[in-house]
Amino acid sequence: MAPDAAERIAIDSDADVVTARQRARALAVTLEMPSTDQTLLATAISEIARNITTYAVRGEVFIELVRDAKGRRGVKVVARDQGPGIADLERALTDGYTTGGGLGLGLPGARRLVDEFDIQTAPGEGTTVTLVKWSRSA
Amino acid sequence: MSEGLSVIEGVLRGQRETLLAEWVKAQLAAPGVRTDLISESELRVESDRFLTALVEAVSADSNAMDIMDPRWDAVRDQLTTLSRTRATRGFSPTETATFVFSLKEPLFELLKSTEGDLVATIWSATQLVDGLGLYTSEAYLRSREEVIRRQQDELIELSTPVVKLWQGVVALPLIGTLDSARTQVVMESLLQRIVETDSAIAIIDITGVPTVDTMVAQHLLKAVTAARLMGADCIISGIRPLIAQTIVHLGLDLSEVTTKSSLADAVTVALERTGHQIVRRKSASAE
Ligand SMILES: Nc1ncnc2c1ncn2[C@@H]1O[C@H](COP(=O)(O)OP(=O)(O)O)[C@@H](O)[C@H]1O
Ligand SMILES: [Mg+2]
Repeated sequence: MAPDAAERIAIDSDADVVTARQRARALAVTLEMPSTDQTLLATAISEIARNITTYAVRGEVFIELVRDAKGRRGVKVVARDQGPGIADLERALTDGYTTGGGLGLGLPGARRLVDEFDIQTAPGEGTTVTLVKWSRSA
Repeated sequence: MSEGLSVIEGVLRGQRETLLAEWVKAQLAAPGVRTDLISESELRVESDRFLTALVEAVSADSNAMDIMDPRWDAVRDQLTTLSRTRATRGFSPTETATFVFSLKEPLFELLKSTEGDLVATIWSATQLVDGLGLYTSEAYLRSREEVIRRQQDELIELSTPVVKLWQGVVALPLIGTLDSARTQVVMESLLQRIVETDSAIAIIDITGVPTVDTMVAQHLLKAVTAARLMGADCIISGIRPLIAQTIVHLGLDLSEVTTKSSLADAVTVALERTGHQIVRRKSASAE
């Protein structure tokens, strides 16, 4: 997946979460992604960026356009923090599991909203979530 | 009191008129002076008042030259007021802090011909003026932030009107991004209006909300629960197809809530439930 253009957004507050999802939408528009897919992607970003402000206080989100071997284009999002990390990842990915009084649907929901989803995390090591939403047109 | 400070005090008391005149002159000569925003006489009055407060504080200071000490209250208050006024009038931060920093040159000039360790004296004077200048800049920024915060609060309230649709029915048309601060205010004003209007039904319309994530959903569900405790039922309307898809993917459970795709449908249901019926006359001009 070779990047075409990348953008970094520091995540520190609610307003930054909004910025991150607006930027992703703007990139998705350049790929002529259908508005449903734009919304699914924006919502997934909202979840992982909000988890940064809730559980790690601050972090960053990188958004870039990518292309796979077949020339299919998409938007890739990497959300990274140096927060406490997640001890039991399997539970964190289970519907309804929350340690922060939320609905516990952010991570599992985000996973269902995008095409590719990956988490690297360990206690004390921070958390990095990577998402890709592919464009359905060529 | 340190030697430097007592020398400064001596100059402030003994050569006050010269200092005032030279300082005002320096302010008027400073690059970017805003005589369009402040008059010379006003400058002179402000400067004179500031010197009065300054000499009091310097005399009372216990050597530490700590401008955050209560003995410096009058000086800080004056700088805070000055920064706020200037920020409102359109001065830049630099133009505002120039008030204090332009005191340096005339003060140093007068200190030059004093007795004692000149380097120590100048050092004290530098620390003093710099400290007050930085305080002024911070006061300026604080007052700007206050203005922005106030405007934000006003905007939040403006953008969240809870309207009474009919006897017993209120509606909240939500438009724009819901961050947690705004959602909080919105939901509180909804509950408030339910009580005020003694409504049995509240319609929350989310047609204008671009993203419904789990945080927004949680706030909505909380509002629905709170309204129910107060005896009112909520209808969430304006669930567009793409929001419906998002809700399904996220796994949100809205089965306990009445949902409608359009506001019109929600209004119909609300009127029916409150015992009304909408009847269309054959022709609007029949009577
Ligand atoms: N960036 C993160 N850093 C540390 N812990 C996290 C992070 N993101 C998620 N978690 C953990 O995973 C749990 C599930 O997250 P999520 O599915 O978004 O639900 P919620 O945020 O509603 O709790 C959280 O309660 C938290 O314990
Ligand atoms: Mg979450």
